[in-house]
Amino acid sequence: MSEIKRINLPLTDEVVRSLKAGDNVLLSGELYTGRDAAHKRLIEAIDANQALPLPIEHQTIYYVGPAPAKPGEVIGSAGPTTSYRMDDLTLPLLERGLKGMIGKGERAEKVIEGMKKYGAVYFAAIGGAGALIASTIIKKEVIAYEDLGAEAIHRLVVKDFPAIVVIDSEGNNLYRTEREKYKGE
Amino acid sequence: MRTIDVGDVIEIVAEMVKEINYHLPEDVYHRLEAMGPLESSLTGKHILRELLKNADLASQKEVPICQDTGMVVAFVEVGQEVKLEGGLLTDAINAGVRKGYEEGFLRKSVVGNPLERVNTKDNTPAIIYYDLVEGDQIKIELGAKGFGSENMSRSKMLKPSDGRAGVIDFVKETVSLAGPNPCPPIVVGVGIGGTLDKAAQIAKKALLRPIGQHHSEASVILLEEELLEGINKLGIGPQGLGGNTTALWVNVEMYPTHIAGLPVVVNINCHASRHAKRVI
Repeated sequence: MSEIKRINLPLTDEVVRSLKAGDNVLLSGELYTGRDAAHKRLIEAIDANQALPLPIEHQTIYYVGPAPAKPGEVIGSAGPTTSYRMDDLTLPLLERGLKGMIGKGERAEKVIEGMKKYGAVYFAAIGGAGALIASTIIKKEVIAYEDLGAEAIHRLVVKDFPAIVVIDSEGNNLYRTEREKYKGE
Repeated sequence: MRTIDVGDVIEIVAEMVKEINYHLPEDVYHRLEAMGPLESSLTGKHILRELLKNADLASQKEVPICQDTGMVVAFVEVGQEVKLEGGLLTDAINAGVRKGYEEGFLRKSVVGNPLERVNTKDNTPAIIYYDLVEGDQIKIELGAKGFGSENMSRSKMLKPSDGRAGVIDFVKETVSLAGPNPCPPIVVGVGIGGTLDKAAQIAKKALLRPIGQHHSEASVILLEEELLEGINKLGIGPQGLGGNTTALWVNVEMYPTHIAGLPVVVNINCHASRHAKRVI
């Protein structure tokens, strides 16, 4: 495992370029949540030439639908959901300056090509570590599509959110390289 | 005849869904603990440790292990000498799910019409399978099934001549295609035989059998062991980031089938394999 890099959000172009597949990072700052239903609405808004309810440029979207918060807690368990379901709805966001995505699992080739073209990075958080991840989220507010409940877009403030760079802005993909190393063992 | 009030079922189901979402079942916890030292990838070892830390934290704070607190799947055995009072058993199970998910701050993930996709807001209905059996008890075995892993499940109607080797190839191909998506290390349930639907049902039932508890027949045990070994040579590893801990366990269930067919269903569960059993 590589040394841990502390990264501030939103991501600058320089930071995006410096992140390489395999880097272990702790993310701090603000990010936005969005999964299936929210992505669908964002793309509908783009198609209808409407303004987006969040500032996309330099931002990071976390694919998550948190559990309800218990009284006194900021948020309920909040691990990543599987990213490929957002693949058909990602390019228009990259075109508009989205720099980071956090989820789990493979991405489509067209998303990876888009990440190379526009300069973006894909992080994986540990799927199923929802309680641990929730403990790094210090603030949560709904900013759009409140009717979607857990699927609404939230602005989160995180401190030392643990993630791994899985696909970098050059298209290097840790899922592919690492799996080959351990095949047949 | 023994009389059982369905009100008891409501309370028990509500307790069960909270318990399995907060406390990782012991069989899964111990298996994660045991496999850590055997994992050859350092990232893999780290992930396995983080999963145990997550389980400890969830248990201590009584919050869900994973935010996908699942769709409830229940296998219910009703003794023929049981007389039910106070309403319908199915309604009671769903009422228990409703109560448990609300009280427990569990995420409600069920949508009504699958094309219109409006959340039912109480995580009902559950998927319920009934069996009528001997005796005067009700046995409820249930799981909270996450869909990251459910989505990676597959079925195939093999030819009888494909045989055991064909089954092994299909299971390995399914796990390989799933890669990092179902949150490995996974638990694999395989249903072989019956009809298309029966194979799917027994594959699901296989996922509820505890880790470490093999099938009762020797030939099936050998198949379970061979599948586990083969899957763990695919290289996928914890979270798909490489390693030899791709599956924690493989459970196979079989059922008689037709001379012309060999249905196979592979149902995948994530490492948060949440299951419990109660007898009333």
